[in-house]
Amino acid sequence: MARSEKPTKTATKPGGAVKVPASAHGRTPSVALVPVPSKPEAPHHGDQRRSDVDEWGRSSKSRDWAHRIYGPLYRSWHRVEWDGLDKIPTSGGALLVSNHAGAIPADAPAIMHGIEEQLGRPVYGLADEMFKRLPVAGTLWARSGGVLAHPDNAYRLLREQQQLALVFPEGTKGTGKHYRDRYQLRRFGRGGFVQIAMRAGVPIVPIAVVGAEEAMPILWKSTPLAKMLGLPYAPITANMIAFAALGPLGALLPLPAKIKIRVLDPVTFDVEPDQPRYSRSLVMDESERIRQHIQDALFDMLRDRQSVWFG
Amino acid sequence: MGKRVLVTGLGTFWGSRLAQALEADPTVEVIVGLDRNAPSIPLERTEYVRSDESYSILSRIVKAARIDTIVHTFLVMDSTQMSSRQIHEINVIGTMNLFAAASAPGSTVRNVVVKSSTLVYGAHPKDPVWFSEESRRAAVPVQMVERSLLEVESYVRDFAVDNPQIAVAMLRFSNVLGPDITTPLAKALDLPLVPRMFGFDPRFQFVHEVDVVRAILFVLDREIQGTFNVAGDGLLPWSEVAAICGKRTIPLSPWGLGVFSAPIRRLGIELPPELIDLLRHGRGVDNRRLKQRGFHYDYTSSATVTDFVGSLRTRGLDGGNGSTYQYERDVEQFFRHSPAVTHPD
Repeated sequence: MARSEKPTKTATKPGGAVKVPASAHGRTPSVALVPVPSKPEAPHHGDQRRSDVDEWGRSSKSRDWAHRIYGPLYRSWHRVEWDGLDKIPTSGGALLVSNHAGAIPADAPAIMHGIEEQLGRPVYGLADEMFKRLPVAGTLWARSGGVLAHPDNAYRLLREQQQLALVFPEGTKGTGKHYRDRYQLRRFGRGGFVQIAMRAGVPIVPIAVVGAEEAMPILWKSTPLAKMLGLPYAPITANMIAFAALGPLGALLPLPAKIKIRVLDPVTFDVEPDQPRYSRSLVMDESERIRQHIQDALFDMLRDRQSVWFG
Repeated sequence: MGKRVLVTGLGTFWGSRLAQALEADPTVEVIVGLDRNAPSIPLERTEYVRSDESYSILSRIVKAARIDTIVHTFLVMDSTQMSSRQIHEINVIGTMNLFAAASAPGSTVRNVVVKSSTLVYGAHPKDPVWFSEESRRAAVPVQMVERSLLEVESYVRDFAVDNPQIAVAMLRFSNVLGPDITTPLAKALDLPLVPRMFGFDPRFQFVHEVDVVRAILFVLDREIQGTFNVAGDGLLPWSEVAAICGKRTIPLSPWGLGVFSAPIRRLGIELPPELIDLLRHGRGVDNRRLKQRGFHYDYTSSATVTDFVGSLRTRGLDGGNGSTYQYERDVEQFFRHSPAVTHPD
């Protein structure tokens, strides 16, 4: 969306109306001195919004609420610990790539919450279309920064708007895996995330997360039931047993596993952005390299971990 | 030499609006309007020809009036208006005949503008937030109107390829709102309680009726070729749209709407299937291509809704939406051709 920097005659400051003399044409400098938020191009008719929902469906107000509700879980339940948060760029676009685990993955909210709190810039979580099919949950997800993982969406976020986007290339193959397969990274899709980063000309920041596997481990899953419900997987999790007293709510509450997040060195690509396609072999090599990088970091973190619950 | 323009669907909102706008343009020499129904607004110099919906007499008119520009506005976008059989007849068969006439040997046509809709993109969870003109739709089209429009568009593309000497422009308009036009969306927003889908709050994009006419004239004037999305800047959540309208919402069940559609219709709420998809998933289209050609929108999405609401509140006051004008051939003939009538220039 093109935004004109020129203040329009009807421009107002959030705090109150800016007084503009009727003959403002010759006196534009005095108007320009007032800090005026840039407005969408609307030469004749003012653009007045009632909500702060952006084009992606994210709302800062909803996000603040989510922070308030999730904050205690982040601090006291998972006691999230970061290593190398300074490697995440404070400005400009970057694609954050992480491992993904747990029936209801605890890694996505932890990463998004941590970065938004510490760096003060929004993180858009790229996710499967399943979210958009769900009533209520889909809307909440969109309001807190969830966006469909579509190449066009990713390009616009990263290239045109220079935002941070978080993606889990394993997708539901990562979250739907059995507990005995924990910390064994699945295939990183078809390398689409590398191609998007190349096209958008932004670095990839690999992130390794330990703890999400134990927050909601899958003990058993039923493929026919999943098919019937139209879900990617229908599991029995350890939480359902541990929090059986809470009833259905227990299935949603994660176990208090300690979550540790390590940010790895950003990867930049030596290719021209905006190309229609990139060498398949290069894309697959880079994808595999990043996967291996995260896998090594996970094993390294697991070697140092003394307790699932206390880190 | 001025333009000789043929407008299809003169009796519809868009046809008559466009004819009115073209009349004000001195470079337009002749305006011929085709429709089954007479125009519902007074027109100064547009010639109205009654035709059947599939334009069987079209090639004769094109030849006789040496038409060089065709504006095809007569495509039905609202499936509550008529049966799917009729929609097919008007949209697909009508367009086919129109193009057959335009590409007949010795045809003088050199510019064609087609008014299509962003309905061709559908509304699906796999959709990108912004559709570009090149985006393919995510799901197979199920809705009747969407299918017929896609067929129309394929005719338009074939026509453009077969006739490289003719400038063909196809404009895909987003949800139109405005003081005068009535659409299923406008009707939904006019209800005491605005329907919404429980648990969904998709983002909508709007374009003002004024910008629709301006965009068509802009493309006509410059003889621009290609496909363009036409939609105001910005996306608004449906809840915000209802809030701007000052309305409360009523949730509809996202499941089993088919069962409830009959009783809902009894209550006077017409929700065509394509609108139900939209209420669930919304749709945004990238409007930058037409802007790059130099077009400026008068209204953003939210300004469009704001303007629509203002008119909604005064609609009851000027004696309803429709004008009292009724087309009478003899009277029109008098106004146009009688030497007694003086035309102020």
